[in-house]
Amino acid sequence: MDRFVFLLGTGLARGTLFALFALSLVLIWRATRIVNFAAGAMAIVGVYVGVAVTGVTGSYWWGLVATVLAGGLVGLVVERGVLRFASPRSPLSGVILAIGLVIVLQSLLGIAFGQQHEPVPAPFSDRPLRVGGVPLLSPYDVFVVVVALGLMAVLRLLFVRTTLGLQLRAAAFAPEVARLLGVRVARMRTVGWVLAAAAASLAALLAVPKELGLNPHAADMLFVYAFTVAVVGGLDSPGGALLAGLTVGVVMSLVTGYLGATLAPVAVLALLVVVLLMRPSGLFAQAEARRA
Amino acid sequence: MSAALSVRDLVVGYGGAPVLHGVSFDVDDGTVVALVGGNGAGKTTLLRTVSGLLAPSAGTVHLDGRDLARVGVEDRVRRGLAQVPEGRGVITELTVEENLRLGGLWRRDPAGLRAALAEMYALFEPLERRRTTLGHQLSGGERQMLAIARALVARPRVLLLDEPSLGLAPLVVAQIMRVLRELCDRTGLTVLLAEQNVAGALSVADHGLVLGLGEVVASRPAAELAGDEALRHAYLGF
Amino acid sequence: MSARRTLLLAVGGLVLAIGLTFLLDPYRNYQLAIAAAYLCATAGLTVLVGLSGQLSLGHAALMAAGGYGYALTSQALTTAGVGGLPRFLAATVAAAVAAGVLGLLLGLAGARLHGPYLAGLTLTLVVAVPAAAASVGALQGDRGIRTQFEGVPGPLRTLIALEQWQAWVALAVAAVAVTGLVLVRDGRTGLRMRAVRDDEVAAALAGIAPARVKVLAFVVSSVTAGLGGAVLTFVTQSVSPGAYTVSLSLLLLVAVVVGGLGSLLGAALGAVLLVLLPWLVGTLTDALPLPSQVTQRLDGTLALLIFGLLLILLVAGAPGGLAGALTTARARRRARRRPPAPGPTAARPVPTGGDDPTGPAARPGPVGPTATRPGEPVRTPTEG
Repeated sequence: MDRFVFLLGTGLARGTLFALFALSLVLIWRATRIVNFAAGAMAIVGVYVGVAVTGVTGSYWWGLVATVLAGGLVGLVVERGVLRFASPRSPLSGVILAIGLVIVLQSLLGIAFGQQHEPVPAPFSDRPLRVGGVPLLSPYDVFVVVVALGLMAVLRLLFVRTTLGLQLRAAAFAPEVARLLGVRVARMRTVGWVLAAAAASLAALLAVPKELGLNPHAADMLFVYAFTVAVVGGLDSPGGALLAGLTVGVVMSLVTGYLGATLAPVAVLALLVVVLLMRPSGLFAQAEARRA
Repeated sequence: MSAALSVRDLVVGYGGAPVLHGVSFDVDDGTVVALVGGNGAGKTTLLRTVSGLLAPSAGTVHLDGRDLARVGVEDRVRRGLAQVPEGRGVITELTVEENLRLGGLWRRDPAGLRAALAEMYALFEPLERRRTTLGHQLSGGERQMLAIARALVARPRVLLLDEPSLGLAPLVVAQIMRVLRELCDRTGLTVLLAEQNVAGALSVADHGLVLGLGEVVASRPAAELAGDEALRHAYLGF
Repeated sequence: MSARRTLLLAVGGLVLAIGLTFLLDPYRNYQLAIAAAYLCATAGLTVLVGLSGQLSLGHAALMAAGGYGYALTSQALTTAGVGGLPRFLAATVAAAVAAGVLGLLLGLAGARLHGPYLAGLTLTLVVAVPAAAASVGALQGDRGIRTQFEGVPGPLRTLIALEQWQAWVALAVAAVAVTGLVLVRDGRTGLRMRAVRDDEVAAALAGIAPARVKVLAFVVSSVTAGLGGAVLTFVTQSVSPGAYTVSLSLLLLVAVVVGGLGSLLGAALGAVLLVLLPWLVGTLTDALPLPSQVTQRLDGTLALLIFGLLLILLVAGAPGGLAGALTTARARRRARRRPPAPGPTAARPVPTGGDDPTGPAARPGPVGPTATRPGEPVRTPTEG
């Protein structure tokens, strides 16, 4: 029972990270109808920058800020420089361009930093706190949950309450009408990419201390989890991403804890197949999914 | 009377034969001009070119005497040219209020925006009750009202309307037309109204333009056009 | 192309390719065998993506299914005392069946899914390969399975080296796979696939069952990928999860895009590129006077970088790929020979103003299924 509670807590903590990363996929999907298969590779670029800044300044916080900024910058460059060339008439071209980006970014990182895993220390203790004798979340888990949920709340406020958010949504839902109303759709698309990429970078930075360490492929699994989360939640639904993130996080934690870590990818695959075959538009999607 | 909108020798095509070849006309300040013509005459193409969604291969569009050739779609709204696109163009994922706020996006004064919203709710009463309703839950008439109201929030000099009567009940159409006419008389708004519903359009318009296969085949006062039997048979099919 | 002509061409091509192996040294023949294995997979993938419009990022997993199917069958037959050609044939058929069954399952899922969903599902599948290998006892985890050595048959032993024999076998299997794909492409099934790709609803109204066609495309493509896995296992005498990574899956996609989606010639060019480019880059970096640490970092990654850049540049700039570029070049040459026809310069709407990228005219042509139909109107005329 203790073990179950512990796994549940850890799962929820990881789930918020999955949700944050999935939110990044959802934002880009809504804005450009592209599933950003390069999200993992892009996020890791930001993490490398952040870890380097932490190394130079000795401060985790400066590294965190640098990660977010660098992630956003990567989003800007990628949107302006590469994904702008995706053909709107072929849903495949965006995927293929993103795959090209994955290969380019990961090989560049490999050339610059090598393939070895660099350990990244957590800023807080990773030892679980005991609540009434039962090991629960570690301080680092709490930190992760607070930051991830906080960022998601900020993004929600931005989208729902501000004029910028209104324009972002209008540009995503109806680009031509938005242009007629004076919304600079191209700029909104870029802003969307920057926000999404920054969020994904932060998620990756928070996830890395729990992984083997930092290497060019460190966010690959995170991407696969996040994609599953986004599909389970409905690619169009930010709220669905949060719910699905927590669900997938707990499921993965239980699978890893009881059946072994090697089985986790098989479990993700099974979950993905079941959801896609039962409800391709996602379990938590409110509106009917648009056609891809 | 000066021309608010002035179109000269417009040629527009989609890769093959041009859809418009050499269209010229003026829309005088404070008037309602009906642009009528059958299916495929080029009405929508003309409106999309004026609003900047399509670029002409030749010809010019002037708003208040200024050439719009180098002005992008997004900036034409800021210069006072608003379009209500065909099929209404309500963003169905947003609420009524959000759609309206989009109309006044680049207005810097929050008070003015609030006043404009209030004015629109007064003008189109059904919208007031549905402020927080999502676009896709509105009826066809409500959507059309919302689309027009949203364009008006921007306080445009010239309003381009594409087929507002399409798929609406005659009573709703009449209501919308009446509001438009009132607004023009009261505020001096200039309207270019593309319609297949010729009778309805000419009944509110000051002037009528008949578009036939990409050319202006007649340009006369609306009342006169409505009475020209030969023209009606040749180009308007009734 | 009639079926008979296709078969004659296939036999002719195979004889020619086998003749070619006499000109190559053993290492080149080994590379040729690997390229032939990749060709089975890229040819299947290009038909899947180009003809039926379904994107798979998991063809490495299908190759793996073929490889494991081959290895397990070969092992079982060896225990049963069967050897030589019957063992090879039975194992190869088992590889095709194993990959085909997995492909059928994926295809059933794929028929209900739109592009990016299917891409994500197939990517997850290939990510799960090592985990699956570890969790099923018979697959022996990361170590993989070693297969019985298939040497040169007796009568030929004095004539050719092992590598040349392997190249022969690989080429023969690839020839069977590609011929099958050509027959599918040129037959009614191919026509149905194109119809479904271009417009599913219209195809359904014309009496075609889109789901069935898509599943069939997936199965056909998977079977050839499985054959590729069988050849790879035959040549390397082992199968392990480490050989069928996400990277291989993505590289297969690079190969078919670089070659030109839907083009089997392009798939062949792409498969050769997959083998030659890393080798070329490796040779080059070894020759340069670089510190060993740099060489070590460039090893493998530099070739990947070039593949990635190629992919992006081609999709953004020349959606037809290498094969498409060849066709355009040929057409241009032909056009130059004829006097230019005087004609009206088509009036095209110039890209719309502003900094918006959505103006279709501002973009390069589409990639993928529609890439073979250039010169379409930029925008469908709206009624007005």
